[in-house]
Amino acid sequence: MSVIDVTSLHGTDAEIIEVPRERRVLGLAVSFWPKVLAPLAIGLVMLALWEAVVRVNHIPVYILPGPILIVETLFKDWDTLSVSLWVTLQITFMALTVAVALGVSISVLFSQSKWIELSFFPYAVILQVTPIVAIAPLIIIYVSDVRVALLICAWIVAFFPILSNTTLGLNSADHNLINLFQLYGASRGQVLRHLRLPAAMPYFLGGLRISGGLSLIGAIVAEFVAGTGGRASGLAYRILESGYQLQIPRMFAALLLISLTGIVIFLVLSLISHLCLRKWHESAIRREN
Amino acid sequence: MNALRARAEETALPAKDETPREKPVVALRQVSKRFSNGTLAVKDCSLAVERQSFISLLGPSGCGKSTVLRMIAGLGEPTAGVIDWPSATYDAAGRPMRDLGFVFQEPTLMPWATAIKNVMLPLKLAHVAKSEATARAREALASVGLAGFENAYPRELSGGMKMRVSIARAIVTRPSILLMDEPFAALDEITRFKLNNDLLELWRRQRFTVVFVTHSVFESVYLSERIVVMAARPGRVASDMTIEAPYPRDEAFRTSTLYADLCRRVSHALGEAIAA
Repeated sequence: MSVIDVTSLHGTDAEIIEVPRERRVLGLAVSFWPKVLAPLAIGLVMLALWEAVVRVNHIPVYILPGPILIVETLFKDWDTLSVSLWVTLQITFMALTVAVALGVSISVLFSQSKWIELSFFPYAVILQVTPIVAIAPLIIIYVSDVRVALLICAWIVAFFPILSNTTLGLNSADHNLINLFQLYGASRGQVLRHLRLPAAMPYFLGGLRISGGLSLIGAIVAEFVAGTGGRASGLAYRILESGYQLQIPRMFAALLLISLTGIVIFLVLSLISHLCLRKWHESAIRREN
Repeated sequence: MNALRARAEETALPAKDETPREKPVVALRQVSKRFSNGTLAVKDCSLAVERQSFISLLGPSGCGKSTVLRMIAGLGEPTAGVIDWPSATYDAAGRPMRDLGFVFQEPTLMPWATAIKNVMLPLKLAHVAKSEATARAREALASVGLAGFENAYPRELSGGMKMRVSIARAIVTRPSILLMDEPFAALDEITRFKLNNDLLELWRRQRFTVVFVTHSVFESVYLSERIVVMAARPGRVASDMTIEAPYPRDEAFRTSTLYADLCRRVSHALGEAIAA
């Protein structure tokens, strides 16, 4: 074959013609700023309103503290809160790690045998649909080590999205590509490594983003149920404790910390997902139209 | 006019040419295929594919031409009959070591891999050393006119270019037979014409055997030395004709009266196959 057909070149225009770049402000594209500024403005207005309502009506702090007091408390009680945050983070990340390891291995097992999938998948569903608050007390009774019990609770919540998404991904490799691998006499291992696992990647990452948030929720719920005392207790215990002691500003500060943690986990996992898929997957590719 | 000549369907008959025919690359004898739902997709199909020939399987949709091609490729065993590879070696399990390339209707590329990684796939699966695989994949891409696009992802390529990558992947193992399942059906006509010419050029240079499935009379006449017309329900060989027009075939051939005449005759045969 001689030369490239000119008629079919339009797909790579971007590589050939240098498109003028968008104007930037402070390193970010002009079109990006409204996305940040608009919600930020709304947030500030709401916080100012909250502060005003609390001050004008002289609402006592044990009923509703203002946002300024909450942030002050966050800094003032940082020593206690940061220890609790660390405990909760440990449980969350261990649960997520175990969920990823087990979720991926079990879905690989499912993809290798329809029988195993048929036999075990319903039990995974049962694990998912049973509310964690209902089984957490049992787990805490049966498992003597509280940290292990918390880990199990958080894991149960985080496990299913990874399992079901990855299983779906492993089974959705292009049928013709599977035929092609067959044609070249590929082994099961080769099909798994070079075809099924890469094809499952976007599904797995989708599951991971959900599970990241869920493992935090699982850890918090389990802590609430367990209500462990002592210094090495998580953020949920700080909320309970502050409630009993009517230290409502600290309760709000702990709540704020949980929300921020959830947001950071989501952003980090989204970034990982984007970095893994940006080269090829539709979801990560920016389009002109 | 002897440009077109109906040929006996039975493959075992000696050819009437002066020179004796070579052993076929692959021969189907009374091959039938019934799907598990009971449909008889192919009935008593016999076909000998001569070495280095360019054969088209032409027929309406549902005539089993793709099924025949897939059976040749080893994707689905025939329910009756034999597919014989006279000069193939056999592996330990007694299966013929088919030395073939397959091009699907869709480019069927791995979206997460660059063009060169896609082309390297058959070599990687055969445990060819990476440096050699890279060199051969580069060469295959160059031979389909895609030198310089090694690191492009499939999404960055147009439909025609993706199909070229798919062809490069099929020829990278230097197969003796290339099986193509309506490879250009989804492309626009201008791109298809270009790819037709490039495929003929590649075939002329590398001398592999081609079995080309198509539903286009014009495409099959332009490309082939021989056209096997198939009829549907059940899928069977309706007629087998030789296209006696010289190669190289080019755009001048496309507008010649000979081409028009051949197309008319093949259309007629196809019409009879559909009516039968």
